[in-house]
Amino acid sequence: MSSLNYAAPTTVDEAVKLLAGASGLAKVLSGGTDLLVQLRAGRLKPDLIVDTKKIPGIIGIRKGSDGGFVIGAATPGAEVEANAELNAAWPGLVEALDLIGSTQVQGRCSLAGNLCNASPAADSVPALYAAGAIAVVVGSKGRREVPVEQIPTGPGRTSLAKDEFILEFKLPPRGPRSADAYLRFIPRTEMDIAVVGCGINVTLDEKGVCTAARVALGAVSPTVIMVPEAAQILVGHTLDADTLAKLDAAAQAAAKPITDKRGTVEYRKKIAGVLARRVAAIAFDRAQGKTNGKAH
Amino acid sequence: MAKQHVTAVINGEETEFLCETQQTMLDVLRDVIGLTGSKEGCASGDCGACSVIVDGRLVCSCLMLGVEAEGKAITTIEGVADGETLHPVQQKFLEHAALQCGFCTPGLIVAAKALLDENPNPTETEARYWLAGNLCRCTGYDKVIRAVMDAAAVMRGEAAR
Amino acid sequence: MNYVASDLKVVGTRPIRPDGVDKVTGRAVFAADTRAAGMLWGKIKRSPHAHARILSIDTSKAMALPGVKAVVTAADFPDIPSEEAFVGEGPMNFRDLALNVMARSKALYEGHAVAAVAATTQEIADRALELIDVQYEVLPFVIDVEAAMAPDAPVLHDDLFTAGVTPKPEKPSNIAKVVTFKKGDVEAGFKDAEVVVEGRYTTQPVHQAYIEPHACLASYQPDGQVTIHASSQGHFMVRAYTAKLLGMDMANIRVNPAEIGGGFGGKTLIYLEPVAVALSKKAGRPVKIQMTREEVFRGSGPTSGAWVEVKIGAKKDGTIVAAQQVLKFQAGAFPGSPIGPGCMCGFAMYDLPNVDVVGYDVVSNRPKVAAYRAPGAPITSFAVESAMDELARKLGMDPLALREKNAAKNGTKTHYGPVHQNIGFTAVLDAVKAHPHWKTPVKEGQGRGLAVGFWFNIGGESTATVHVNEDGSVTVATGSPDIGGSRASMGMMVAEVLGIDVARVKATVADTASIGFTHLTGGSRVTFATGMAATQAAEKVVDDLKKRAAATWEIPVEAVEWKDGKAYPAGSNAGAFEPLDLAALALKAARTGGPIVAEVSVNAQGAGAGFGAHICDVTVDKETGHVTIERYTAIQDVGRAIHPSYVEGQIQGGAAQGIGWALNEEYIYNTKGQMENPGFLDYRVPVASDVPMIEAVLVEVPNPRHPFGVRGVGEVPIVPPMAAIANAIKSATGVRMPNLPMSPPKVRAALDAAG
Ligand SMILES: Cc1cc2nc3c(=O)[nH]c(=O)nc-3n(C[C@H](O)[C@H](O)[C@H](O)COP(=O)(O)OP(=O)(O)OC[C@H]3O[C@@H](n4cnc5c(N)ncnc54)[C@H](O)[C@@H]3O)c2cc1C
Ligand code: FES
Ligand code: FES
Repeated sequence: MSSLNYAAPTTVDEAVKLLAGASGLAKVLSGGTDLLVQLRAGRLKPDLIVDTKKIPGIIGIRKGSDGGFVIGAATPGAEVEANAELNAAWPGLVEALDLIGSTQVQGRCSLAGNLCNASPAADSVPALYAAGAIAVVVGSKGRREVPVEQIPTGPGRTSLAKDEFILEFKLPPRGPRSADAYLRFIPRTEMDIAVVGCGINVTLDEKGVCTAARVALGAVSPTVIMVPEAAQILVGHTLDADTLAKLDAAAQAAAKPITDKRGTVEYRKKIAGVLARRVAAIAFDRAQGKTNGKAH
Repeated sequence: MAKQHVTAVINGEETEFLCETQQTMLDVLRDVIGLTGSKEGCASGDCGACSVIVDGRLVCSCLMLGVEAEGKAITTIEGVADGETLHPVQQKFLEHAALQCGFCTPGLIVAAKALLDENPNPTETEARYWLAGNLCRCTGYDKVIRAVMDAAAVMRGEAAR
Repeated sequence: MNYVASDLKVVGTRPIRPDGVDKVTGRAVFAADTRAAGMLWGKIKRSPHAHARILSIDTSKAMALPGVKAVVTAADFPDIPSEEAFVGEGPMNFRDLALNVMARSKALYEGHAVAAVAATTQEIADRALELIDVQYEVLPFVIDVEAAMAPDAPVLHDDLFTAGVTPKPEKPSNIAKVVTFKKGDVEAGFKDAEVVVEGRYTTQPVHQAYIEPHACLASYQPDGQVTIHASSQGHFMVRAYTAKLLGMDMANIRVNPAEIGGGFGGKTLIYLEPVAVALSKKAGRPVKIQMTREEVFRGSGPTSGAWVEVKIGAKKDGTIVAAQQVLKFQAGAFPGSPIGPGCMCGFAMYDLPNVDVVGYDVVSNRPKVAAYRAPGAPITSFAVESAMDELARKLGMDPLALREKNAAKNGTKTHYGPVHQNIGFTAVLDAVKAHPHWKTPVKEGQGRGLAVGFWFNIGGESTATVHVNEDGSVTVATGSPDIGGSRASMGMMVAEVLGIDVARVKATVADTASIGFTHLTGGSRVTFATGMAATQAAEKVVDDLKKRAAATWEIPVEAVEWKDGKAYPAGSNAGAFEPLDLAALALKAARTGGPIVAEVSVNAQGAGAGFGAHICDVTVDKETGHVTIERYTAIQDVGRAIHPSYVEGQIQGGAAQGIGWALNEEYIYNTKGQMENPGFLDYRVPVASDVPMIEAVLVEVPNPRHPFGVRGVGEVPIVPPMAAIANAIKSATGVRMPNLPMSPPKVRAALDAAG
């Protein structure tokens, strides 16, 4: 007989109590698309699985009091993608989440799982960082709001306490001429883990000059990273050839990748530059209302 | 932990089963309930041979715990045909010879049905991306895609059954 | 008897296959779908080391775990002597096979089986594996073929002395064998040449990557009889190998062919069955073993990775005067790479006066290679067809014209001996020339590549039985596992001969106790050889039916004619009788001589060689190195397509596998010699969105050695893709990619190096 326990609490309090009181390793379950693979491979041997999906609000999308979107932590990719309003406001984030795995994986995978699995190559994470998303974290000590970039601390590690989990994500309200984009590079067209990923979120003025920017890169260091130097290059400029070249160089300089089965240091750096340019172009176009099509 | 008791609607029939926490829905279907139409090609979400539809959404049954099925409605390959009548996707797979060994076929058919339930008029590119999580090593996908597009046309009433 | 195309009513049509409905409804039973009362789950413990001496194995803790019913190690199997047999698509040494199934004194690769358990649940079996204590002395290892050939390389087998060289070497090495083929005088040829191209090419091992992992269910009865349900490309092969490895009598083993979820050559040998039988014997209960995907990658056979050097010399008009090749094939842990076909197939497409080919079969610490579609040919052809493209460029000649100029024809003597007969290579090249794809100008920004390929195809032993049932319907049984729709073609050939509706014929695959010996499904032999047996059996049935009609009518048998499923009096002299159809004759069978059945066993010879040509257009993203296949056309001489849809399917599937081999598939090893990518996430086979429609063009030059003109079709299509794509990349970018896979980082690096 197995020693692995399972619980599907229906309130935050109940979930927090289960996590706090667990004797061994307790894992939160959202879509399970990382957790189950790790379980099956024997890489993870938890004593308790806490399935959060029955907690009200953890699945779904709504508007917060500030007019910004609030996305339930365990909302599956397919449901996020189907939300037209969210798509219009945050096409890059939706696209990034949509890139995860197959249609089947989309039926289950979540932002919280992607963030908390803490893979440097997680697709939605650069887009979340670029968006300036806030994670609403709940635990025994109550509720706190944490910028997403403070959650992952290293490959497979997060800053969450044993009794904490993410309930939802808050996106800032969207002003005019603002848009985001995300691209990743993979060897195939689908079903691969990013060799490099890049998310950029910009706001432009009426002349197309960038007034604010956030740039994030994935798969080029132990966690997804913000690249303020690259954002700095964009602010105050339109996307001319010189800006693009500087952006490319800044992304390459910020990238501190390793060589592994998915790419070499040299290649990853080059691709970081290529993607930064391509993503900026899409984000700028979108902010100017030129395109709103899919980037991939 | 003792085995858990789960009640789910599987292919339209209320079904009760006992399973251990670590058993996936695929393990439950194949080893507990005896529905072996869903296949295990990888057990890691990469091949799609285990595809099922849960509450209207396509998922890999190998990436879902059996205990998560509580209260859910699940369609497996065994539930795609309407009694004796094959689903248009099944019929078109046969007519187009969209299967060789047939191991990927249950998963592909379930996934294609889910596609057409959601998008009755997909482009070839949309069909290819939707089915990218269903590996087929035999066919090179050509006839599979033709079968799906043809089934879509039938379901829209634009082509013969 | 040979059938004429214009008379055919069933052959060449596209009926629904007999096993189709089962497969689209999930009813078809594959090996892992079988169960037995009291069944246990078997699992295999595998070496984590690439090369290690096994010092001891302590199974006591595992045995003590409640629920564990048996544990086996090599000690439970006979230590059999070295014995060569030629089976399937290559030589097989049974001692090597036994050692591959269960390591004895050394683990030779990461993933090598060292012990196995049977337990009441999978979870208990997994825990038991962890409790088996294996002590290893870790040894230096070698992964790559060239490193394995170095004089100071770690030696895998201290009794392996290179064969094919004289005098016999004094020291053992990793070079198992040297193969040479010579024709004419290659040195004189190169002196004569006006243009010479030379190049070095490497290919990576690639896995067959069938979606169904290996699985079997074995049951050992106390009287020594064994039943096995297995997914394989040959249940007679499973029986023979299992008997050999366990020292059993073949008559005591009955193997049921489960549906097989793809093989492509990879299921022409065994991994699990003897282990399951040994566990079942010890436990006294049936045992099922199914591999995980990870085990499939770590423990079962890919095809060789290789290093190939090619040199071709030609006159300015394109006439090739000399061709030379050196091939080094990595065999995995035991000898037996497809170096023979590798040496044969590269230049077999051309009529060459002077040829010199040398090949090396080299062992290293990787899984033992298994056959994979046209074993060896894709590797050698990647090199030769890339070099041919370079030659065409150097000559300023159209690549098709260069192939036409040098194409092998009927009567061309190959460098490995045989003379080509009844081949359709010229017809294939004509079809390329006439095809809209070839005639359409290359799109802006794209590149186009052409490559050709060859496979000799095989025949061999097959048995088929045709039964006319009491109601006039017909059952065909053969001994060939059906991987890609062969039941459909068997039924069609029989329906054609009998002159009846194909819906009245059902084809099945019979188990080893129910039909005569049949060699495995491989080498593209089934429609040819088993099809020949089925056709002849149906012809025997027709002869018998004619006799019965003659007896009924009391006229000589020569006066009876069989047409459209009925016996007729042949002409007015024979008498005026109402025709007798199959149903009428079947009904009277008891009174006319008993059951109407014919069984035919053949050892089919004259498998017609197959040729193909692939045209491919690509776009290269010069910043990322990503290659997109924009358009793909595969043209092939198929002899005669019995069921054209399944023939096209073979071609499309083979081409798609070739695309994967070309662009992304590879084994990635870490510094400890362990595979880093044993799953479909990082072992990148093509997904649906990676490939375009693949147009399969069937050229039909009938093979006169088969009643319907069949040639094997399954192997050729994997031969040309790698070079076709490399040539297209060259055309798009000006860069030659000599090393597979042509993955984005490599393409980008090559573009950067070219400036
Ligand atoms: C075939 C396949 C393809 C994939 N492709 C991609 C890809 O292209 N890109 C990519 O980025 N990823 C990919 N993944 C990985 C995975 O799908 C994603 O990381 C996904 O977003 C995980 O979400 P989930 O809800 O399934 O997470 P789960 O598996 O449920 O959880 C993942 C981790 O997060 C923790 N967690 C979950 N929810 C919470 C919460 N609310 N609060 C705190 N911790 C939580 C879990 O305890 C666990 O450690 C792929 C996976 C598979 C199987
Ligand atoms: S078995 Fe579930 S995706 Fe492969
Ligand atoms: S038909 Fe064999 S894997 Fe698809």
